[in-house]
Amino acid sequence: MNLHQYFERSAAQSAEACAIEQADGATISYAELAALSDRVRDRLMLEGVEAGDRVGLYLRKTIDTVASILGVLKAGAAYVPVDPTAPASRNGYIFDNCRVKAAIVESRFSEKLEAELQQPSGAPPLFVVDEAGGGRGLERMLDGLDERKPAPKSESREVPMSNLAYILYTSGSTGKPKGVMLTHENATSFVDWCLETFEPTADDVFSSHAPFHFDLSILDIYTPLSSGAKLVLVPEDVGKEPLGLAALIEEKRITVWYSAPSILTMLTQRGELEGRDYSSLRAVLFAGEVFPVVHLRSLHEKWPHTRYFNLYGPTETNVCTYYEVVPPIPEDRTEPYPIGAVCSQLEGIVVDLDDQPVEKGDEGELCIKGPNVLNGYWELPEQTANAFLADYYRTGDIVVEEDGGNFRFVGRRDRMVKKRGYRVELGEIETALYAHEEIEEAAVVAIPDDDAGVMIHAHLSTVSGDKVSMIKLKKFCSERLPVYMVPDRFAFHESLPKTSTDKIDYQGLKNG
Amino acid sequence: MPSPEDVKATIKTYILEEFLPGEDPDELTDSVELMTMGILDSISVMQLVSFVEEKFDCSFDAHELSVDHMNTLEDITKLVTSKL
Repeated sequence: MNLHQYFERSAAQSAEACAIEQADGATISYAELAALSDRVRDRLMLEGVEAGDRVGLYLRKTIDTVASILGVLKAGAAYVPVDPTAPASRNGYIFDNCRVKAAIVESRFSEKLEAELQQPSGAPPLFVVDEAGGGRGLERMLDGLDERKPAPKSESREVPMSNLAYILYTSGSTGKPKGVMLTHENATSFVDWCLETFEPTADDVFSSHAPFHFDLSILDIYTPLSSGAKLVLVPEDVGKEPLGLAALIEEKRITVWYSAPSILTMLTQRGELEGRDYSSLRAVLFAGEVFPVVHLRSLHEKWPHTRYFNLYGPTETNVCTYYEVVPPIPEDRTEPYPIGAVCSQLEGIVVDLDDQPVEKGDEGELCIKGPNVLNGYWELPEQTANAFLADYYRTGDIVVEEDGGNFRFVGRRDRMVKKRGYRVELGEIETALYAHEEIEEAAVVAIPDDDAGVMIHAHLSTVSGDKVSMIKLKKFCSERLPVYMVPDRFAFHESLPKTSTDKIDYQGLKNG
Repeated sequence: MPSPEDVKATIKTYILEEFLPGEDPDELTDSVELMTMGILDSISVMQLVSFVEEKFDCSFDAHELSVDHMNTLEDITKLVTSKL
């Protein structure tokens, strides 16, 4: 069954139920969403979009965007969502790179985008939505097009499961974004796992915090829309504003929340969660980076009744291991929780530097195979080949299998550095810094240095906003780490810079 | 001949400027453990020693560049003063 057929199935069963609600209160029912996405499909097909084509999406996160996504899938094409807050030049590059056949674009972005598009075969047609919101903008655009040339009603296409469903662009090592190609099989095997693991019902209300160009959005969109549940869209601006977000989770009666840990940290530190009613919330899922235990503990104190899941996996596999954090969270625990065991539909192995399986309990790189694993990077055969060990995808993450079969995340392969010959794991230094009561955020980067190999720079933000004595911090670190791991330099920030996917912007910190 | 107080003040200023830029000078007390806390490592100790040798026209033995002799501002001041 294709990805969009999951939605069609629940639309048939839950026609009158609310499918999506925006933060501003605009809603759309399953039947209306089915009809609107049918119109998108018909228009795209009339304009010549074929099965296997790519269609770009450049819209703020609204009902219009989800209807467009479903319309693209129904036309048999793959959608390519871009970050509406990113520069038009980057988004233009992405659309050119995968040669989109058409793009649905909000008018506020269309002029700048047009100037950037340079496809040799001529720029693709842009469907310009005047102002996305509530599905109304998309509807007006389709009405206008129908007046000139009505789009005949057609059938949704069913494509082979090996066809692409979407391409998510992530930052590439060469400085150009690279397209992670994911098929209907990849997507649906993941959605099946979500349905089995989180057992959503029609009464659930899922949050959609992550932007649509981020892989967290796959769980956000398709888990509720495959089960007759409601999806609440958190717009880009509210998503970074703790008080607004805290109010939204309460008011929309969210039952399943999913975001990067940094957002949960922000909520527990600055969201003033006390006194609000979060009785609806039943599960909090987080992924994308390590959740410092100090903040997880603080969140659990405020939301003691919900379940907590640590989901792990790169865009290339989506979630491939997961761990349920079972309270209580001991007062003295500073070590992050494990990333858990490999999801049931996948297989994992841990290999050493020579690609040989390690003994259980030894460190190595986690490699994953199974139906979730990407098809490859768009037109990058060499990078695709390098990403695999036989049919296992190399995550680039170093793990250790603990007793009980759970994996503990040790660090990124590229975050292991050598300083004066000693091996240093930068994440371990962050864990030590997070044990300091004044530290709110910590990011440690290695800067190349002729003498030492690297200099270790710690970027910090504090609870009070004041600087902490570097001598005191060094003393604190030296009581917890070997002396060669004590950071050489400390820099204080009001809050640490984030990427568009709400992770700490390590590259920016390194270059800055 | 510089007094021990002058020696200490000169070395303290140097350490603050070179290895702890932005730090509050009051935090760097006489007993802060410079080497065992990771403020000075084997390379930065050599850099400090070169500075001191030039500034006060003295010289160090290799064995003195160690945690036993140079772990605190007080240790270093004592060592340097003994050479003047």
